[in-house]
Amino acid sequence: MVTSTTTVPSAGPVAGSRSFLSRLREGDEIARIITFLFAASVVLITILLVFELWQGSVLPRHKFGFNFFRTSVWDPIFDQFGALPFIYGTLVTAAVSLLIAVPLGIGAAIFLAELAPARLSDTLEFFIDLLAAVPSVIYGLLGVFIVVPLMRQYIQPALKNTLGFLPLFQGPAYGVGFLTAGIVLAIMVIPYIISVSREVLLSVPRDQREAALSLGATRWESTWKVVVPFARPGIFGSIFLALARALGETIAVTMVIGNTPVISASLFASGYSIAGVIANELTDATSNLHYESLVELGLVLFLLTFILNGLARLLIMATSQRGAGMGNA
Amino acid sequence: MNSRLRWRKFVSGFMLSMTGVCALISVSVLFFILGYLVYHGGTSISWNFFTKLPAPVGETGGGMANAILGSAKLLLLASLFGVPIGFFGAIYLAEFSAGTTAFVIRYAADLLNGVPSVVIGIFAYSLAVHPFKQYSTLAGGFALGLMMIPITLRSTEQFLRGVPNALREAAMALGASKWKTIVTVIVPAAYRGILTAVLLAFARVAGETAPLLFTTLGNQFWSRGWVQPTASLPVMIYTYALGPYEDWHRQAWAAGLVLLGLILVINIVARAILSRGIAVPRS
Repeated sequence: MVTSTTTVPSAGPVAGSRSFLSRLREGDEIARIITFLFAASVVLITILLVFELWQGSVLPRHKFGFNFFRTSVWDPIFDQFGALPFIYGTLVTAAVSLLIAVPLGIGAAIFLAELAPARLSDTLEFFIDLLAAVPSVIYGLLGVFIVVPLMRQYIQPALKNTLGFLPLFQGPAYGVGFLTAGIVLAIMVIPYIISVSREVLLSVPRDQREAALSLGATRWESTWKVVVPFARPGIFGSIFLALARALGETIAVTMVIGNTPVISASLFASGYSIAGVIANELTDATSNLHYESLVELGLVLFLLTFILNGLARLLIMATSQRGAGMGNA
Repeated sequence: MNSRLRWRKFVSGFMLSMTGVCALISVSVLFFILGYLVYHGGTSISWNFFTKLPAPVGETGGGMANAILGSAKLLLLASLFGVPIGFFGAIYLAEFSAGTTAFVIRYAADLLNGVPSVVIGIFAYSLAVHPFKQYSTLAGGFALGLMMIPITLRSTEQFLRGVPNALREAAMALGASKWKTIVTVIVPAAYRGILTAVLLAFARVAGETAPLLFTTLGNQFWSRGWVQPTASLPVMIYTYALGPYEDWHRQAWAAGLVLLGLILVINIVARAILSRGIAVPRS
């Protein structure tokens, strides 16, 4: 204490170094450095991850270039690798899952945020959080033993009889395939859409609802034409989040998609997904080129989810802040 | 009441009840899953499941004792690796850092959090399996630990930030140094939240399968030490569900019930800890 009062008049740098030393003696600086090392290791790991993916996929990038994404021959014996069937499978299953999960999820979120009394809403949200915690191998297990037989015996024949004129619903009904994988994925991503959308809808200021109601709107009109548009960016954010999860999902999809690298117009047909081929072939890749082609697929997945997650975070943040800003005003 | 108004009221009532139906469908999925697992798993589970090794292919009976122990070892390693990095990193973020450094670390953590588990598997394989030409429990623990880091880090930071500044100022006014404030005041004040964060991260990786396919491979026998391939519950479920034998399917259901039960119990306990009078208001 005494020393610090005597050094106050002296030059700035001296005072700075002195306070650094005294902080070191008190342990603050040591604590700061140690915790910083832990925090910095997170950044290091992330950089290393990107580096490994990039470095690990040099061979196929040089040999195939963009043809990697345009050709559909995947032949480890002749070292020919084209990823189109996997990309197709991943995109189709994700699209099917969103077609089912988005209306259902947003509908449920509207109910939880707008209609349900707070206690009911919180209870249901608790169950939905639990659903989000169910691991994907469990969804896969239920997919194999419940959804696949159901699809084969009831749903696919029914679709064929009613909508069979569409190329989407033709061909033999094996049970496994794009449609089944899409349905299982939909069940998996619904909790994400509900949780985030509900949060965003709850952040819409009360005045917005009251203004619409006082103008004579019905409850639904105020919800659909005022509250939902206000929360729209955040709802899109929740959809991107679900899409990122659907694209990266591995185990459940692999268990029910059929694992044949073929592009077919029919949703009943077996397919393959990016994550699935990595899971099945990485440990017994026959050549370096084979292994690195799989790593390149991993890089593709990484970039896709990276972009989608980033967009989602921005949209959700923007919406919550808008709600908070208007609430304060 | 004119017909236009009646129509609008009808639409309103109809659409709102449809949203209720959506919510009902979504939530009932959970009870359906639980019910089905309890029904199928409950009839196939027995004492042997917990105490015996898997039976040789073609024979019935046996259990998954090695997979249960394998999962326990993997999760222990994952926690030893993931929790310290997440916890101390969060202390740095919440108490010491500001500006660009904090932004970069947060960004990296969020990025890591969004990486699909199969890509984490590739990373762990190329770092911990490929160079040593050896599948091991260590590599699996590393992969799962990687996934625990961002979850622990971000939620622990959230709870540390929730500690009111008045507590920090009070401690410092009494002459405590910063690290002493953190150790004796801030972390104890937020410990319920931190415990919840760790438990949720634990529950999340407990069911991960994809990274384990590349790192621990699987094993029909006991795994000796830490550098051998090992069985684990999620991989066992995956393999047995896709296998051709009726008895394997039965075991897969039993393992599914055990795994899901564990995860749901941890989740519920974690949330209970948090809601049971947390000392700090969440901001």
